[in-house]
Amino acid sequence: MSGANESTLSSEVAAARAALRMVTGEPGVAKPDSILIADGMQRNFGGLAAVDVAHLEIPRHAITALIGPNGAGKTTLFNLLSGFDTPTAGHWSFDGHQIEGLRAYRIAQLGMVRTFQLTKALNGLTVLENMLLAARDQTGESLVGAFRPRKWRRQDAEHRTRAMDLLHRFKLDSKADDFAATLSGGQKKLLEMARSLMVEPSLVMLDEPMAGVNPALVESLLEHVQGLRDEGRTVLFVEHDMDVVMTISDWVVCMAEGSVIAEGTPESVAANAEVIDAYLGRVAGES
Amino acid sequence: MDWTRILSDGLRSGLGINAAVYALAAVGLNLQYGYTGLMNYGQAGFLLVGAYGTAVTVDQWGLPLPLAFLFGIAAAVGFGLLLGLPTLRLRADYLAIVTISAAEILKLLVNTRQAQGLTGGPQGINGFANDFFEWNPIAQGRYGFGAVKFSHRDLWVILVTWALVVVVTFVMRRLVHSPWGRVLRAIREDEDAVRSLGKNVVAYKMQSLVLGGAIGGLAGIMLVMDKQFVEPKLFESALTFFVYALLILGGLARLMGPIAGGMLFWFFVSGSQGFLIEAVDNKFLGIHHVLQTDDIGPVRFMIVGLLIMVLVVFRPQGAFGSRDDVRLR
Ligand SMILES: Nc1ncnc2c1ncn2[C@@H]1O[C@H](COP(=O)(O)OP(=O)(O)O)[C@@H](O)[C@H]1O
Ligand SMILES: [Mg+2]
Repeated sequence: MSGANESTLSSEVAAARAALRMVTGEPGVAKPDSILIADGMQRNFGGLAAVDVAHLEIPRHAITALIGPNGAGKTTLFNLLSGFDTPTAGHWSFDGHQIEGLRAYRIAQLGMVRTFQLTKALNGLTVLENMLLAARDQTGESLVGAFRPRKWRRQDAEHRTRAMDLLHRFKLDSKADDFAATLSGGQKKLLEMARSLMVEPSLVMLDEPMAGVNPALVESLLEHVQGLRDEGRTVLFVEHDMDVVMTISDWVVCMAEGSVIAEGTPESVAANAEVIDAYLGRVAGES
Repeated sequence: MDWTRILSDGLRSGLGINAAVYALAAVGLNLQYGYTGLMNYGQAGFLLVGAYGTAVTVDQWGLPLPLAFLFGIAAAVGFGLLLGLPTLRLRADYLAIVTISAAEILKLLVNTRQAQGLTGGPQGINGFANDFFEWNPIAQGRYGFGAVKFSHRDLWVILVTWALVVVVTFVMRRLVHSPWGRVLRAIREDEDAVRSLGKNVVAYKMQSLVLGGAIGGLAGIMLVMDKQFVEPKLFESALTFFVYALLILGGLARLMGPIAGGMLFWFFVSGSQGFLIEAVDNKFLGIHHVLQTDDIGPVRFMIVGLLIMVLVVFRPQGAFGSRDDVRLR
């Protein structure tokens, strides 16, 4: 990327974040520039409405935190939006494409890539193979292209450079040739995140990316997430740790019992009575 | 006890046509099950489709044999598509149920009176393989070493089939070491992870099922070339399970697994048969008190079954597998 492009990008990101701060914090509020827009999302499991979201917009070039007590429907909403589950009702669009009914792999190809709360590192592949697998448009990935080893080896070599860069960022480069099975739970989370970046997504959706990650690594992980935004990507992540949420997010959406009960800047959501209620109520109910 | 006879019985079989045909069928199953994790319990059906496709093409329409081979393989491809379309989007067990049922149905179908005009029903079809033996360049005689000898006719089928095994194994080597193969191995581990990275998992599973099935079809063709006739009984479900057994014996998801497995499996089957015959005849260790010559057919498979159980306990990775691979999965 040239310097001029970089500075246009960073001013674009800064402008987007500034514009976001002007938005009134209320559930379903419209944003100046939204990458993901969902309407009337519903998912019932038997009698239980796991998700019932009337309207939700995810702002481009920002880090949005999705919070809410356990069982609020955050993971289910992720599954619906990313095509891994089919909603009972609802429409949603990504970057101007109507994507409801699209199969999960098509949604990922459009640039909306998610990770999983229960990590899905591919244990029988090496860490590097996990990364190479995720690269786009590989000649050798087709049955015919597999017979053009010179071409795909060259591509693999290019992808390897990018993969090693990412692994280095996530402090996994020394593990590149080990089976993913040998990683700790936290390292698998990191690998899954690094791997999703190999797809070059414009929207990264991370389901509890910090869970189980070594506390010593959390801080640098937070920097990486901010780095993603500064590269021009949009981040939507599920997180429980309010300190983390307050530190890095530009916008916060809070769900409870399937619905969005509050959204706004981190400060406004942290002060929201309904949010405090939802968390405290839950804690009280559990004890 | 004539131990050389036992050994040469085993060797003849371990190098022979059964080993080669089963190894070929196992190369296909290795792609499907070993590398992709697809539970195809109907490999016998793919062999059937290839075999009947070829036999019917020659017998009914008088087309030349090379064209009939292509028809047989095309039929196996069609069978794969037919089974894959409704099942590959569903959970893995659906494929297992559908493949085993489809293979059974086909076997009954070719046996019916309605199909008799085409398939010969229980009598089967013969005479379609004559050209294959006319191509035989090997001079009349018996070839081999010691007691392990083959007629020029048998040697021809055996050589062609092993040559096919080798060629197909080289193709597999290309494929499984490519990014395409990497996607399959990833699918075996966790389909959803692969989907989340933008790969069309269903299409990959279909390619694996169809390609593995086509190789199975080729195995079926070579099986009936050797027999020079085709009948429903050749394609019992037991065939599928023997192919699974030898694949586990040789090593799952290993290129040499099917070859080693095919050889070992038939070496043990015929070797244990030779051993039992010798033992009964020579009243060895009193075996003749518990076993008569008639019992030997089924008992040899029991012995092979026991061997496989012992192997799975002490060497789960098979002859060629790596222990790590088994543990990690
Ligand atoms: N496959 C499913 N079948 C039945 N109920 C489910 C299923 N998945 C989630 N749920 C229920 O839906 C609700 C929301 O779950 P989830 O989306 O995992 O919440 P969160 O990620 O916010 O903790 C929970 O009550 C959960 O038990
Ligand atoms: Mg969750």
